[in-house]
Amino acid sequence: MPVAAWFATVKIQQENGEYVLQELLSGNEAIARGAWEAGVTVATGYPGTPSTEILEAVVGYKEDIYCEWSPNEKVALEVAAGAAMAGARAIVTMKHVGLNVAADPLMTLSYLGVEGGMVVCVADDPGQHSSQNEQDTRQYARLGKMPVFEPSDSEDAVKMMAEAMEVSERYRTPVILRSTTRVSHSRSMVTLGERRKPNEVGFERNPPRWVPLPLWGRRMRVEVEDRLKALSEATSTSPSNRIELRDTSLGIVAAGIAYQYVREVFPEASVLKISFGYPFPDKLFREFAAKVDKLLIVEELDNILEEHIKALGIECIGKEVVSPIGELSVDRLRETRARLEGRELPEPAHLPEEDGLPGRPPVLCPGCPHRGVFHALGKRDVIVTGDIGCYSLGVFPPLNRTDTILCMGGGVTVAHGMDKAGESRKLVGIVGDSTFFHSGITGLLDVAYNRGKSTTIVVDNRTTAMTGHQEHPGTGLTLMGEPTIEASIEDFGRACGMKRIVTVDPYDLKETIEAVTAEIDADEPSLVISRAPCPLKERKPIGPRRLIDEEVCITCGKCVKLGCPAIESSEERVRINPLLCIGCRLCEQVCPVQAISKEEG
Amino acid sequence: MKTINILLAGVGGQGVLLASKILSEAALVQGLDIKQSEVHGMSQRGGSVVSHVRIGDKVHSPLVPDGSCDILVGFEPLEGLRHSHNVAADGTLIYALDRINPSTVSAGFAEYPADTEEQLKALPIKTIGVPAAKYAEEAGTRRAANVVLVGVMSNLFDFKTDVWEKALKASVPAKVLDTNIKAFELGKKHI
Repeated sequence: MPVAAWFATVKIQQENGEYVLQELLSGNEAIARGAWEAGVTVATGYPGTPSTEILEAVVGYKEDIYCEWSPNEKVALEVAAGAAMAGARAIVTMKHVGLNVAADPLMTLSYLGVEGGMVVCVADDPGQHSSQNEQDTRQYARLGKMPVFEPSDSEDAVKMMAEAMEVSERYRTPVILRSTTRVSHSRSMVTLGERRKPNEVGFERNPPRWVPLPLWGRRMRVEVEDRLKALSEATSTSPSNRIELRDTSLGIVAAGIAYQYVREVFPEASVLKISFGYPFPDKLFREFAAKVDKLLIVEELDNILEEHIKALGIECIGKEVVSPIGELSVDRLRETRARLEGRELPEPAHLPEEDGLPGRPPVLCPGCPHRGVFHALGKRDVIVTGDIGCYSLGVFPPLNRTDTILCMGGGVTVAHGMDKAGESRKLVGIVGDSTFFHSGITGLLDVAYNRGKSTTIVVDNRTTAMTGHQEHPGTGLTLMGEPTIEASIEDFGRACGMKRIVTVDPYDLKETIEAVTAEIDADEPSLVISRAPCPLKERKPIGPRRLIDEEVCITCGKCVKLGCPAIESSEERVRINPLLCIGCRLCEQVCPVQAISKEEG
Repeated sequence: MKTINILLAGVGGQGVLLASKILSEAALVQGLDIKQSEVHGMSQRGGSVVSHVRIGDKVHSPLVPDGSCDILVGFEPLEGLRHSHNVAADGTLIYALDRINPSTVSAGFAEYPADTEEQLKALPIKTIGVPAAKYAEEAGTRRAANVVLVGVMSNLFDFKTDVWEKALKASVPAKVLDTNIKAFELGKKHI
């Protein structure tokens, strides 16, 4: 369901008497809306929290915008780049770590430039709510010498998409739109606009423009610097940056969402709102600094503006009072304010009650097919290198069956590296289905080509589960809902040269344990595919619910060790919660005394 | 008007987000500025879910600042307790009486505090315990417990009478509207 239609549209009369339509949109929905209004006709991406809902909202405009989930971010960026070279307006979406994957084409696209507007929408995750690291995407803008916009809410996102497209076309450069978890996942009011007429498409042959062989690439290198200078003028006059003069004893430069927190904590202060911060708007920095007595810089994550403003010779404070680690908030800025004013840090109203309360961490769902694989891996002392996806939850007790996680696709290759280093224990790499197509295939090819011995297990649940069930090349459907090929993991394994390939049903523990054990023991590389659809996506029981016969149960705890949320254990007894059980029958198979059976009727 | 800060705290799958939507929709009909925020991602795997809703003439931050929550709705007693330190001295905590064991408790690693309700009642703020699942079953389905809680919460807002019904209509499918209106009314009558 397109989330763009989530809220009712309301008609609001403005002060001039005219009516406008407004809608409560999340930042991600607003980015999609902005793309539609800006006349975008091609949108690509790879799922990743907190960026995923952008393309899911674009699907709501699929009559006007071609959109696709690409196998990975690099592919997605290249596809969008092709569209923009041909003259169309295009967006590509990803999370911050996805931009690492897509960095190669982006860095050179900066040299080639674009014909139609191209906006790279990247959602950072300050505070690491759902990410393995914290990265500030604005650093990529500096590295690639291209403009970056930072909306502070949904209304900004729509307006800035329009401006970013204009800038992209006028200066023939890809533009980054940096969102953050809080912008992407918070809803605020947006004034709706009309759709701009899409560009005419027609690629113009011109090798000196589109081919960065050194002969032409060296010229492009110079042009990129000239473009930066011209853009620095543009950022100083952009409507996305503005000086709000209030009391001038303190002036605050606030970038992106920091603006919202600053307005709440320092309502009386003068503010320079920066939402188009690179190339640096030096004129604005100087103008603002001259108007205020004291200058504070507030930006989320790296202190990029602060360092530059200091380099301009302007006195200011920043990271001394605003840490570059983690997510900003009103609470953190209240601490900043207290420090600036030499006050004691404010005390919370009551002491946090969190201490001593049992936590509620994310867990593999009841009936999750990954559980069977982790159980089988528990039979042997092997090193398990994991990957990014729901199966990362296999690291927690009672499963305890993941030893490392590096990055997308790293599950396959890190095992191979340990193997080649001479690690004496057997090595198993785990990767999901979507992750396999994303960047596991090249790793598997490496294992086969370079005569590795590690076992690769693809836990194929027929969807991109962790980010909320997106289609991928193996599911048989496109983002736009069209039927398509179902890429076969087994065929990829064979094409990579794997000789040992076995597919198992993870709900059949005997079969799974035998296959996993045999492949671990084999002295050559092998590929195990554990295949069962994600029950959270299927939304139906796998089989009849299971019950524990308390007369027979010896409370040995073997079923509890599966880590299934439906199995509830207390000191005196174990029971299966009928509201949670979906009948995967794993517990029945591990019970040594046959105390577990299916519910009658 | 002063900005009203609301926190809705529960467990993935309890309908916290739908409740946020109904509340936001009501504020929208009322003509107010709204910011609503939640963290997605791993929360759908049985983890804690917290939604922030802020309503007023002009709202800046999408997050409720610590200690300034006017209304906290705990969709589960433990989740109510977990976030109770955020409630302002004159704020209200509404909580469902129906417990859901965290996985850490199910697996025997931790214990559900037996005195959770006593702890909630002893808080230095106004608390309202609600048999939400019971009311929801009375209305027709246990799944409407979230809407029962919205009904209880509606008593704390000075909105026009038809606002909540419009918000419900805009938020739930037509075929379950009657059940949800009934659940809302049962919550509204709860003192």
